[in-house]
Amino acid sequence: MNVNGVQHHILSVLVENRFGVLSRVAGLFSRRGYNIYSLAVSPTEDERYSRMTIVVDGESAPIEQVTKQLNKLIPVIKINELPAADAVERELMLVTVRADGAFRSQVTELASIFEAKILDVGYEAMTLMVAGAPDKLDAMTELLAPFGIVELQRTGRIALPKLSREPSKLKLVRTKGA
Amino acid sequence: MQLTGAQALIRSLEMEGVEVMFGLPGGAILPVYDPLIESSIRHILVRHEQGAGHMAEGYAHATGRPGVAMVTSGPAATNIVTPLCDAYMDSVPIVVITGQVPYAVIGSDAFQECDTLGITMPVTKHNWLVTDAADIPRIVREAFHVATTGRPGPVLIDVPKDISNATMDWYWPEHVDLPGYKPNLKGHPKMIKEAARLVAAARRPVIYAGGGILKARAAEALREFAETTGIPVVTTLMARGAFPDRHPQALGMPGMHGNYTAVTAMQRADLLITLGARFDDRVTGKVSAFAPEAKVIHADVDPAELGKVRRPDVPIVGDCRNVIEGLTKAVRSEYARGERPDLGPWWEQIRRWQAEHPVRYEQHEEGPLKPQFCIEMLRDHTPEDTIVVSGVGQHQMWASQLWRFDHPYTWVNSGGLATMGFAVPAAIGAKVGKPERMVWAIDGDGCFQMTAQELVTATAERIPVKVAILNNAYLGMVRQWQELFYEERYSEVYLSPDLPDYVRWAEAMGCVGFRVEHAEDVVPTIEKANEIDDRPVVIDFRVDYREKVYPMVPAGASNDDIILGPETDRPGGR
Ligand SMILES: Cc1ncc(C[n+]2csc(CCOP(=O)(O)OP(=O)(O)O)c2C)c(N)n1
Ligand SMILES: [Mg+2]
Repeated sequence: MNVNGVQHHILSVLVENRFGVLSRVAGLFSRRGYNIYSLAVSPTEDERYSRMTIVVDGESAPIEQVTKQLNKLIPVIKINELPAADAVERELMLVTVRADGAFRSQVTELASIFEAKILDVGYEAMTLMVAGAPDKLDAMTELLAPFGIVELQRTGRIALPKLSREPSKLKLVRTKGA
Repeated sequence: MQLTGAQALIRSLEMEGVEVMFGLPGGAILPVYDPLIESSIRHILVRHEQGAGHMAEGYAHATGRPGVAMVTSGPAATNIVTPLCDAYMDSVPIVVITGQVPYAVIGSDAFQECDTLGITMPVTKHNWLVTDAADIPRIVREAFHVATTGRPGPVLIDVPKDISNATMDWYWPEHVDLPGYKPNLKGHPKMIKEAARLVAAARRPVIYAGGGILKARAAEALREFAETTGIPVVTTLMARGAFPDRHPQALGMPGMHGNYTAVTAMQRADLLITLGARFDDRVTGKVSAFAPEAKVIHADVDPAELGKVRRPDVPIVGDCRNVIEGLTKAVRSEYARGERPDLGPWWEQIRRWQAEHPVRYEQHEEGPLKPQFCIEMLRDHTPEDTIVVSGVGQHQMWASQLWRFDHPYTWVNSGGLATMGFAVPAAIGAKVGKPERMVWAIDGDGCFQMTAQELVTATAERIPVKVAILNNAYLGMVRQWQELFYEERYSEVYLSPDLPDYVRWAEAMGCVGFRVEHAEDVVPTIEKANEIDDRPVVIDFRVDYREKVYPMVPAGASNDDIILGPETDRPGGR
C-alpha cells in the first residue's frame, strides 16, 4: 500500500488481552525507531485476545525486523503480515465541513456519491461519516477541502486477508486452547 | 494451605531452587522480608541497589543460574534500572523483585511510587505487575522460565504491598503456559545442511563466536566443530573463554580493540560462521565495509538477530549448542563425500599476520608502571581458572586482550551497555556463586569510585574478592579519545591518583589495601593478595596515564583502517 509515495505494511497482530500490552507494543515501535502510521485495537471473538491492526511506515523500518521484534513480546501470540494486494481494508472517517447556504446542496451531493452518511447538520456546517478503503477517504477529503474542513477524524485501518476465489478448506482462526 | 502473598513469593523462589539473593529492604517490600527470616535462601544485604543488580548478574555469568535481586519501590526500583539494562544488552538471566505501593493507590503519586513496570519495560525481556496474590506462584514460574530459556535476559516482578499481605491458597504450577513464548531451539536441518555445504567449500573461513556460545553452554561443541574443520576462531568480548586462547586455532578478540589478526582475518574471510554473535558495531566497524567478500552463516536463538545488521546467506534459528552439534555432523558428511578445501594457504597468511602484528607494549625497568604489565603479571600469578571481572574502559580492553582465557565462564564483563561500576559488585556476585574459585576484579580508578561501597558488603558477608585498580588518575578511555580525535583537548577527564586514597578507603571498608608503584613490587604484592582469603583485598596499581589501547579502529571507520600503535597513528591495514 502506498500513501503519499511511502510504502506501508499492514500487520494484523493477535495479542493477549491484558493491561499494558498496548504500551509494550507502542513502546517497542518508539524504542526501535519505527513509525506507526495508524493503529486500531479491538477485542476478538475470543475474549482472551485482542487484535491490533498496525499500519507501519515501511521506510522507517524493514518490515521483517518489525515483525521479528514484535514476535519477541511475550503477550504477542501471532502476527500476520497482510500485503495490500491480499487484504481487504476499511477505515471510518468523521468529517465536519463548512456547508452554509449555497454550498449545502453541493456537499450533500458529494456525500451521496461517496455513500457517506450525514450525521449532523448545523447552521453553517455538516458532519459526515464515510467508511471505505483508505484511498476513498483520501479522495473524499480532497474534494471536501475547498468547502473548508472544520474537523476530521479517521479510525485507522482494520484489515483481513482476502478470501480465495477457488474452493479451499476454510480455516477457522481459533487460537490454541479456544 | 493458606499463605500470605509474601510467604508465597519466598516459597516460590525456594521452589525455583534459589539459594542466594541480593537486596535491600524498604517500605513496600517489608512484608516479603519477614518470611525471608525463616527461609533457606541466603540474603546478601547490599549498600546500593545497583550493587544488588550487578551482583545478580555476576552470579549468573559465573554459574549459568539466574541471579536474583530484591529491592523496594520508587528510588530502589530506579536504582536497579542500570543493571536491568546491562543484563538486557548482554542477555544475562536475572530475576528482579521490586516492592510497589498498594495496588489500591497505584496511580495516585503515593509515597515512593514510581511506574516501575513502565520504566523497566524497555530493559527487560518481560515484566509483571502482580494484581492478585493467587497469581504469585504462576508468575514466579513464568519469570524464571522466561529469564533462562531462549535468549536469556532480565525479568522483573513488581509486587504491591497489599498483594504481599493478602492471603492465597498455596499451589505450585506443574508447567508454564505462555502461548506467545515458544523459543525455537532446534535449528532447521535443511539450513544446517546448507551451512555445512558452505563450510566445506570455503577457503578463508572464520568462526565468529559470540556470547551466545556461553549462554548455550556450547563451548565443548564449539571446540569439536573447530577441531573437525580446522577453521580459525575469533571470540568476541562477550565470548572470551568460549574457546581456549591457548588453542592453536584461537585468534583472540576481534573488533574496535581487537588484535590485528582477528580483525583482518574477518575482513579477508570468504565465510563467516557466526555463532551466537550479533554483528555489534564494536565488532563490525563501518558495516558496509565489514568482511566485504564473506558469505555469512548466522546461527542465533533470537530470530530478530538474523538479518538485523548483516543479511546472512544461511540463517539458522536455534540454540547454539544444538546448531553447532548438528553442523559438526553435517560437515563431517560433506567431508566424507570428498569435499574438503585446503586451508593451508589461509593459515599461512594468518600466521604471517600474527608474527608481524602481535599486541605489544614495553615495560622498562626504571620507567613508569605499565597497566598491561600489571595485567600480565596477574594472569601469570593466579590460578588458571581464576574468574576475571572487569570494569569499563582501557583496563577492560587490556584485560580482554592480554589475559589468556582457557576456560568458559572465567571472564565477566559489561559489553553491550559498558556500565562503569560493574566490576566490584559483579565480582562479589561471581564469588558468591563460585566460592571455591579465586575472583579478581580488574577495575579502573573511575569505575571503582562508582560502586566501591559494595566492598563493605563483601567484608560484612565474608566474600573475599580481590580488586586490582589500574589507577591512571584519568577516565582513561575518554582521555584516549580526546587525545586522538579532539586534538589533545582534555575536557573533564582528570581524576587524581591520590584522591581518594584507595588504600585507606579499602581499609576503612574492612579490606586489606596495598599500593604498588614500581614494576618490581607487582608480583610480590599479587602473591601477598592471593594469600588472603578471609576478607577482600584492594591493590592500587599506580600506572602510566599515557598508555593507550591499541590496536584501534576509530568509531565509524572501516576495519581496514585499523591503527596499530602510537608510531603508526594513521591507518594501517592492507
Ligand atoms: C556509567 C558510565 N558513565 C560513563 C561512561 C563512559 N566511559 C567509558 S570508559 C570511561 C572511563 C573509565 O575510566 P576508568 O574507570 O578510570 O578506566 P580507564 O579507562 O582509565 O582504564 C568512561 C567515563 C560509561 N561507560 N559508563
Ligand atoms: Mg582510569
